[in-house]
Amino acid sequence: MSLRDQPGPYFGEFGGRFVPESLVEAIDELSAAYDVARSDPEFRAELERLGREYTGRPSILTEVPRFAGSFGASRILLKREDLNHTGSHKINNVLGQALLSSRIGKRRLIAETGAGQHGVATATAAALFGMECTVYMGEVDTERQALNVARMRLLGAEVIPVRTGSRTLKDAINEAMRDWVSNVASTNYIFGTVAGPHPFPAMVRDFQKIIGEEAREQVLQAVGRLPSAVAACVGGGSNAIGIFDAFLDDQEVALYGFEAGGDGIETARHAATISKGRPGVLHGARSYLLQDEDGQTIESHSISAGLDYPGVGPEHSWLASIGRVRYSAITDSEAMEAMRLLSRTEGIIPAIESAHALAGAGKLAAELESGSVILVSLSGRGDKDMETASSWFSLAGDS
Amino acid sequence: MSEVQSLIDERRRAGRGCLVGYLPIGFPSLDESIGAAITLANSGVDILELGIPYSDPVMDGPVIQRATQRSLEGGFRVRQVFEALETIRNESAVPTLVMTYWNPVLQFGVRNFAAELKKSGASGLITPDLIPDEAKDWIEISSEFDLDRVFLAAPSSSKERLDAITRNSRGFVYAVSTMGTTGSRSELDSAARALVGRLREANAERICVGLGISTPEQVAEVLKYADGAIVGSAFVSSLETGGIEALRAKAQALSGSIRLG
Ligand SMILES: Cc1ncc(COP(=O)(O)O)c(C=O)c1O
Repeated sequence: MSLRDQPGPYFGEFGGRFVPESLVEAIDELSAAYDVARSDPEFRAELERLGREYTGRPSILTEVPRFAGSFGASRILLKREDLNHTGSHKINNVLGQALLSSRIGKRRLIAETGAGQHGVATATAAALFGMECTVYMGEVDTERQALNVARMRLLGAEVIPVRTGSRTLKDAINEAMRDWVSNVASTNYIFGTVAGPHPFPAMVRDFQKIIGEEAREQVLQAVGRLPSAVAACVGGGSNAIGIFDAFLDDQEVALYGFEAGGDGIETARHAATISKGRPGVLHGARSYLLQDEDGQTIESHSISAGLDYPGVGPEHSWLASIGRVRYSAITDSEAMEAMRLLSRTEGIIPAIESAHALAGAGKLAAELESGSVILVSLSGRGDKDMETASSWFSLAGDS
Repeated sequence: MSEVQSLIDERRRAGRGCLVGYLPIGFPSLDESIGAAITLANSGVDILELGIPYSDPVMDGPVIQRATQRSLEGGFRVRQVFEALETIRNESAVPTLVMTYWNPVLQFGVRNFAAELKKSGASGLITPDLIPDEAKDWIEISSEFDLDRVFLAAPSSSKERLDAITRNSRGFVYAVSTMGTTGSRSELDSAARALVGRLREANAERICVGLGISTPEQVAEVLKYADGAIVGSAFVSSLETGGIEALRAKAQALSGSIRLG
């Protein structure tokens, strides 16, 4: 049986639609519209055209020998989603959902954002399609990703800082859901990752799986065989599922998801949902979750806003439970070290999210036999993270 | 027939509707929230709805969010609900439903939760983020424990969904008056009346309307077509700003409007 193209709403025992009744018609409408669109050649052609002419697809594959050399004798190849228009993989999904919004006649887009990359991508699509856009962002994140707040506003979007709960991504999702419940007739919720209620996990995966489909071909071309391992960072899990999907049925390819380990998973400050959580319901789906004994969501912690989320997409929970993908954690300092190393050895400044995958790949490189090929999802570029990097490495000032 | 069902029927025979009053447990403190619930029961509220504070309350507006967040910051634990229920039960005969998001029940264990509810004298659950489609376990277990299951119906729900909601609910169906979250509204949506009409067509026997109801006039208006009016944010707001006295006054004012009606 193929592991690919699971249609949802359930992935094994994970997934579902744990939403208020007020949202059911909207997600039914979205599911139905998506079912039609996915097999409509016109929709696919338009999405492909946007990918080519707007996003800049296919994204290139870059081998990074100087970076790889720091860890051993493996070869590391980066799938360069950082080179997409707007600077990350998030645009792949947003263009798909925005196109779908225009098909169902909803011209107001709302989105949650953590790092701001999904918010920027949504604001960008709204500008491109002439739609209205409101982005919810935890107040903590508006501070650490101030550059992206400015980008969204310049693009014409309204950015609403969320001051409830932990004031990060999970609370931004709550607030976006409240907006959607209240304005569902005019508004489509552009969800930024493979979590949330059905149809989001399956739909967002489908819009992101182009990453792995391109990369699989590119690796075959470049090295004449499949990679030994594929590595990606996992926040909600969209770039990871995007690059994994094409390899799910290639049993000889080992798949690795790297979660945010924050201060370390032995401490209370991390975002390692699969490594340290247990199944529960949050944001419309049953999946792994950081929660206390009572089922109250625990605040996550990560230096990377885009990974600072106590939940994870249900398909990942399923892939973990059947052992197809291995998930482990990378700490803040390991990720920052990988960020610096890639910058210095290859002249590529990665997003801190993606730096978790790079650090993970470094560990794999040290373990795998020499000559192994590791494919890494470089999900985004680091421009947005310069303030964080600047204070982490003390880069500002005289010297 | 459940306690809630017979109460609604009895009120209906007497030519009047029910006032359903919501308060979260643990706000402003556990003891005060128990006292507040008893005050509601003694001030004309017919059915109590006790809320379990939850970290991610997507159906709630700012007033209830603020109160439940305070309860959580004050150290609220889910098992306190059962203690609270027992105390309230000893002090009043008003049937009590628990309003909860689904994850706390899931983590407690659906069966354990049902057993504790039954033991503490509660009538059942109102589940704002659990639709019947996902509620297989809860439907089975609540039947086994003879507990009410209140599912929500929305103005946007299709006929098929209203049928399923009606079929699976026990106690009453919670008709959401408007597309939105909890919180007072100056005008009640005409969608509420239309939804109640559609639920009647789906053969719902008992229907209470909630979201946005805060004034005696709104209660009176809703009770012209529904069996009950559910008031939440308005009570929480009174308690927050004026304490028990203000809460009592609010409950008396709202229940007074029923006797007039
Ligand atoms: C560059 C980048 N990578 C990864 C992520 C994490 O999201 P996901 O796990 O859905 O790929 C984000 C989220 O903001 C991001 O900006």
